[in-house]
Amino acid sequence: MAFTGIFLILFLIVHAVANSCIFLNDGGVTYNGVARFLSHNWIVRFLELGLFVGLFAHIIQGLMLTMQNNNKRPVKYAVNPGNATSKWYSRSMGILGSLLLIFLVIHLKDFFIGTKIALYSGDAPHNLFDEMKEEFQNPVIVGVYLAGVIALCWHLIHGFSSAFQTIGVNSPKYNGIIKNVGYVYTILICAAFAAMPIAFHFGLIK
Amino acid sequence: MEHSNINLNLKVWRQPNSNAAGKFETYKAENISTEMSFLEMFDVVNEKLINNGEDPIAFDHDCREGICGSCSMHINGRAHGPWDGTTTCQLHMRAFKDGETITVEPWRAAAFPVLKDLTVDRSAFDRIQQAGGYISVNTGNAQDGNSLPINKEMADASFDAAMCIGCGACVAACKNSSAMLFTSAKVSQYALLPQGEPERKTRVLNMVAQMDKEGFGACTNTGACEAECPKQISISNIARLNREYLNAQMSL
Repeated sequence: MAFTGIFLILFLIVHAVANSCIFLNDGGVTYNGVARFLSHNWIVRFLELGLFVGLFAHIIQGLMLTMQNNNKRPVKYAVNPGNATSKWYSRSMGILGSLLLIFLVIHLKDFFIGTKIALYSGDAPHNLFDEMKEEFQNPVIVGVYLAGVIALCWHLIHGFSSAFQTIGVNSPKYNGIIKNVGYVYTILICAAFAAMPIAFHFGLIK
Repeated sequence: MEHSNINLNLKVWRQPNSNAAGKFETYKAENISTEMSFLEMFDVVNEKLINNGEDPIAFDHDCREGICGSCSMHINGRAHGPWDGTTTCQLHMRAFKDGETITVEPWRAAAFPVLKDLTVDRSAFDRIQQAGGYISVNTGNAQDGNSLPINKEMADASFDAAMCIGCGACVAACKNSSAMLFTSAKVSQYALLPQGEPERKTRVLNMVAQMDKEGFGACTNTGACEAECPKQISISNIARLNREYLNAQMSL
């Protein structure tokens, strides 16, 4: 979980930075250029395969871990400690991950499939920026994306520091740094992703 | 501390044996001194049950001074009750209010089957310990111990891990019934000292293998074990176990 998680954490940085080109507000010239480069560069295409392997591994590991752990307490407690001993999001990684998986299916259908179809049907010119602008006029889609970002936020708040604990990095010298970097990372990534549909919807990016 | 007597309602899990189905029974605990321990309160209730010719409530206890790790009650949803860093025997009745209803359950885990009422079979911990919680070197007499220089920080960290009394509160508190805190404490106490060096790699592999075999869950780093541990064992030991495991797997 930890290694694939860190891999996906790194991917999110690339994804957020590349997408943030829309905030240049230049009618998508830079953004479409970056998108074209990423979809035509062979190194990136190769890494993309790795991304899907990593993502798939993370999902399978998560499902197996949740299913294995679920049958370890056949008789449940009548009274549970609630949030007295642990944070709700640390106990809800399976649910948050499932929400993210649902979001991801919608997200890939929206923006990934179309790009690939355009690429393989004779490399037709594809304006991803306009596609985003159009999609995010629909308030329902904006709502779905914001819900996805909120699930991602809680998933990362636990996942970031948890990954370090799993690979064995836990020392009083670094724990504060890991925790704070995790918070800053999560806030920056989630704020960037949340700002995209909002900015398009309210016409802040034209 | 102001002393008073209180009356309580107990909702206690009763189960005749490991094969029978259990259920909650309610009991009245009357005229309980706030200076009593939680177990002494149970003694009072049991005395009354015995006098009435009823079956007393079975619960584990031994030293009653917080060091043996026998007592094991899940009180109002908390392993060893509401106080931090406390075993059930060191939990005092001043933690409760007059007229309060207290729910008492046994540790719940597939690897800790209920033997009777609040008593569970924790021999899975013994078998994890037997799988690697020992050293083979002869450490000699007291003066030989002093002749082996050990870094103070390492000795302290090892002692902190060795504080584990094996009560099973970590398993009881974990949503996955994971025994990682227990196992990591046992692995850490030896991994930090030169005496533990000869079996360092086989120990961690064997103890983790036994832990999985016993049917404990996997750790998802919620930190509930650390919050409930009466000896306040840190989850930094779990990170150490993960390091030791990774290292052993890659180099053995």
